[in-house]
Amino acid sequence: MDFDFYLSTMWSVLKALPLTLEIWFFGIAFGLVIATGLTWLRASGYKSGEYFTRAYVFIFRGSPLLVQLYLIYFGLSQFDFVRHSPILWPILRDPMYCTIVAMALNTAAYESEIFRGALRAVPVGQIEAAKAFGMSAFTRFRIVTLPIALRLALPAYSTEIILMTKATALASVVTIMEMMGTAQKIQHDTFRPIEVLTCAGVIYLLLNLSIARLFAWVEYALSPHLRPAPDRSQQIKPVPEVL
Amino acid sequence: MSASPAAAANAEPSPDAMAAISVKDMRKCFGDHEVLKGISLEAHKGDVISILGSSGSGKSTLLRCINLLETPDSGEVRVGGELIRMKQGQGGHQTPADIRQVERIRADLAMVFQSFNLWSHMTVLENLVAAPVHVQKRPRAECLEQAEALLKRVGIWERRNYYPPHMSGGQQQRAAIARALAMNPKVMLFDEPTSALDPELVGEVLRVMRSLAEEGRTMLVVTHEMGFARDVSSKVMFLHKGEVDSLGEPKEMFARPPTQQFKQFITNFNK
Repeated sequence: MDFDFYLSTMWSVLKALPLTLEIWFFGIAFGLVIATGLTWLRASGYKSGEYFTRAYVFIFRGSPLLVQLYLIYFGLSQFDFVRHSPILWPILRDPMYCTIVAMALNTAAYESEIFRGALRAVPVGQIEAAKAFGMSAFTRFRIVTLPIALRLALPAYSTEIILMTKATALASVVTIMEMMGTAQKIQHDTFRPIEVLTCAGVIYLLLNLSIARLFAWVEYALSPHLRPAPDRSQQIKPVPEVL
Repeated sequence: MSASPAAAANAEPSPDAMAAISVKDMRKCFGDHEVLKGISLEAHKGDVISILGSSGSGKSTLLRCINLLETPDSGEVRVGGELIRMKQGQGGHQTPADIRQVERIRADLAMVFQSFNLWSHMTVLENLVAAPVHVQKRPRAECLEQAEALLKRVGIWERRNYYPPHMSGGQQQRAAIARALAMNPKVMLFDEPTSALDPELVGEVLRVMRSLAEEGRTMLVVTHEMGFARDVSSKVMFLHKGEVDSLGEPKEMFARPPTQQFKQFITNFNK
């Protein structure tokens, strides 16, 4: 085993971690915004809103992210109006922005389905109680529906975030030198695929491990009511008021 | 204002004389099935009205139509003399004209549910202060103080920091009653409060309800507890197939059932 080579590869790939995290962060952040909009559209009760979200989910969940990324990066620039648009062109000529757009659009489809399921799983009786105590629709949503739905959505949402971490590797196909792009370059230069890809794989594993642990901790902290009952003597801390 | 009480009474009925709740000719259909066929009901301050009936007689629906958890097809509901305004909606069904009014009135009509419906992500104490703080906009500290006093009263103060799933059914229902009391409601609506409880837990909930009746609270109680209906309530209303079959003093009703239906109903229960 060539430890020096492993170490230097690790270091080179790690230097690309900030870029990976940047794609990841903005992808899920914009994705969350779009997903919230889609969920709201679908829950709003307008037929047109429902059809739109269903079509959206059908397209973005049904086709590979790679196809979407290629279409956005290589495909959209074929249109004149895109190249001449002062808003679209600065975004769509940049591979970084294209990756973020593709990831956000893609994850939004999955997340809106996760949120829809979570909203529907909120026990009707608890919403009814909120109504019966005079809460307005907004208060009801803020105090009862949303906190319960968020907790229900968390496990599936964390899985989606982990899938997104891995999806950042696709950025390498549109010339971004994030971790996967960097690893591929080293591999091409050295012809040592096993060492290089192992290094990249290990870093992705550790990254996802921390993300999974973080979500597990949040889930644990927010769900004392789903844990076994405490001993009579032991007091349990209430959940902070924010959630 | 220096008007004498007598003069005031002549001009306007005082709030005490006005019915706390009055329901006139309420009708409700679910599809083709007519659940309520024109029910009228009047509850004055301090009345405890037990609403009895076999399953499907419409008693729960009646209660849920009063606080608009179900929208009645026709008829009027007045709370403390105030009419809940309705308007014709799409498809010929009426809907509340002013949802703010409905919300304000609901806050005066605290409800206790068969399946408790405590908010499971909040501790008992948080359950008690949520609506007073967010609906009635009362200061949190004051609400917490009142909540602790109420929990002591229903005997679960030790469990104030527990989450509902960690308590027995009886404790949860007592917490739900305390949550209703925390609103300082004008009328309390009980929708089969003991039907989801194990038999040995029914007693602790009924004791709390009995003490509420004794302190003069106005209560509408949909129940299968014949003992409570006979001994605690001031009036018994018996619904049969969506109509008021009989209505009267509990002692009188149970001693001499006014109708064949009611007689049969209580005989079945005593078996």
